[in-house]
Amino acid sequence: MNAPNAPHVSGQRLLRALDAVSAERAEDAVLSVRDLTVRFRLRGGRTVAAVTGADFDLAAGECLALVGESGCGKSVLASALLGLLPGNAETSGTATTDGIDLLAADEKTLARTVRGRRVGLVPQSPAAHLTPVRTVRSQLEETVRALTATGRRARRKAAEDAAERAAFPAGHLDRYPHELSGGLAQRAATALALIGGARLLLADEPTTGLDRDLVDRTADELRRHTDDGRALLLITHDLAAAERIADRVAVMYAGRIVEIAPAHRFFGPTGPRHPYARGLLNALPEREFTPIPGMPPELSALPEGCAFAPRCPLATELCATVPAFTAGLACHHPERPRA
Amino acid sequence: MLELDTVTAGYDRRAPVFRGASLTVAPGQSVGLLGPSGCGKSTLARVAALLHRPDAGRLVLDGTEVRTWRHRAPRELRTAVGVVFQQPRTAADPRLALADLIAEPLRATGRRAEAEGRVAELAPAVGLTADLLTRRPHEVSDGQLQRACLARALTLRPRWLICDEMTAMLDASTTAALVAAVETYRETTGAGLLAVGHDRVLLDRWCDRTVEWKDCLPAEENP
Repeated sequence: MNAPNAPHVSGQRLLRALDAVSAERAEDAVLSVRDLTVRFRLRGGRTVAAVTGADFDLAAGECLALVGESGCGKSVLASALLGLLPGNAETSGTATTDGIDLLAADEKTLARTVRGRRVGLVPQSPAAHLTPVRTVRSQLEETVRALTATGRRARRKAAEDAAERAAFPAGHLDRYPHELSGGLAQRAATALALIGGARLLLADEPTTGLDRDLVDRTADELRRHTDDGRALLLITHDLAAAERIADRVAVMYAGRIVEIAPAHRFFGPTGPRHPYARGLLNALPEREFTPIPGMPPELSALPEGCAFAPRCPLATELCATVPAFTAGLACHHPERPRA
Repeated sequence: MLELDTVTAGYDRRAPVFRGASLTVAPGQSVGLLGPSGCGKSTLARVAALLHRPDAGRLVLDGTEVRTWRHRAPRELRTAVGVVFQQPRTAADPRLALADLIAEPLRATGRRAEAEGRVAELAPAVGLTADLLTRRPHEVSDGQLQRACLARALTLRPRWLICDEMTAMLDASTTAALVAAVETYRETTGAGLLAVGHDRVLLDRWCDRTVEWKDCLPAEENP
């Protein structure tokens, strides 16, 4: 492969190509997030900058993994998309699915047309998500009743169909959540998320605490639902699960998305370009197993400029200003992609 | 030596979680115990940490068999073993600032005077800043709280450390940081480690040897 001699020209061309790709994405996007910002006002005048300027599209049949350290704002982003933020939250920007702006919609719209119908949530700990005193069948039927107006027999059928789609065995439908293994509880929760036919699935740390086999199985099942034409936003700190099923990876640091890259490049020999993303990968036991020095900043006391600069091996005085997010990257001196 | 010799344990004598498990950790050695969820490895970790009385079998700590064990194991034996659990939120007292959390084992053993100095030693070792030490659990992230829980396990300078899925809830960078902190402690003190988990890649990289759960059990109990 010939390396271009003039990197700035190829850089421009690359930018144009990427813009063309994202424009194409925007058209058939199931979810379109533009400049999404979430602030929490605390007593005493402090402000938590939980999410700042998130900008991405998600197409049908696509899985975008949102990765980052705990407390970086990943879950707040998910809550914002479901309209489940607490009362002291202030949002700006847009998040559009099916012509509805999830940030501007009122509670009635969200409850009647969005949650479960347009956006399905696969929760973090299914055992805590399911009602302990009711069987799986009864919970599925309740959800069917809430989302569709059907008769009793149709309801039973719809619940059984949903269970089947989520690979939940029919023989376990009359069991209570505590009688299910972690994997089956996860499938029951997924079945609930699939009932309303939502085209957008949000999976918030669906694999935390599961063992590796179960992680792989859960991830593969989510991938299958994505291949059925749904869009999946997978929020996780489990890089192995992301590598297994994601088409693209978005890396979040201190409330900002700092890089979005195709998964094959992110996990492949080229690797990500943002120093934080590289550090995260290098911390894996199968790689260098070295932590990124220091800890992420408080979201209520972010440093001026690039939030990663205090921990970054490449930081210079340039980093005193916040880098713009262009062509899938927000960094003043990214690692060059190797040809 | 931390020795579990044909230990049977569980929460119901008629239906023990496992029977006849044996496992030895030599001083300075790190052993990874690998098993799927629900196999009983956390119960074994609790026995090894002297928090759960086995129904049968012997538990030997540096040549002393733990015998006089009614409600609790004897304190001088218990304090020789430090333990870190999977879920820092449920392991940490929500009312205590992180500094008090780390100092509590010293207070509980009547060595309050040493507390301040020990906290000042441990905080940088696990990567906690002075600002974080003044906060309570709900004001810090899972990763920061788990750092405090690790520090707390090291407060009494245990000769043995049991880490039960210590990093299962954590991201890659925090995982690597906590493992590095454990290894630094072991290098300076020669402590032994039993790391229980389900991540083979992690345990293989971390420990001198990795034992599969079924290898602890007698052949006839193997699934």
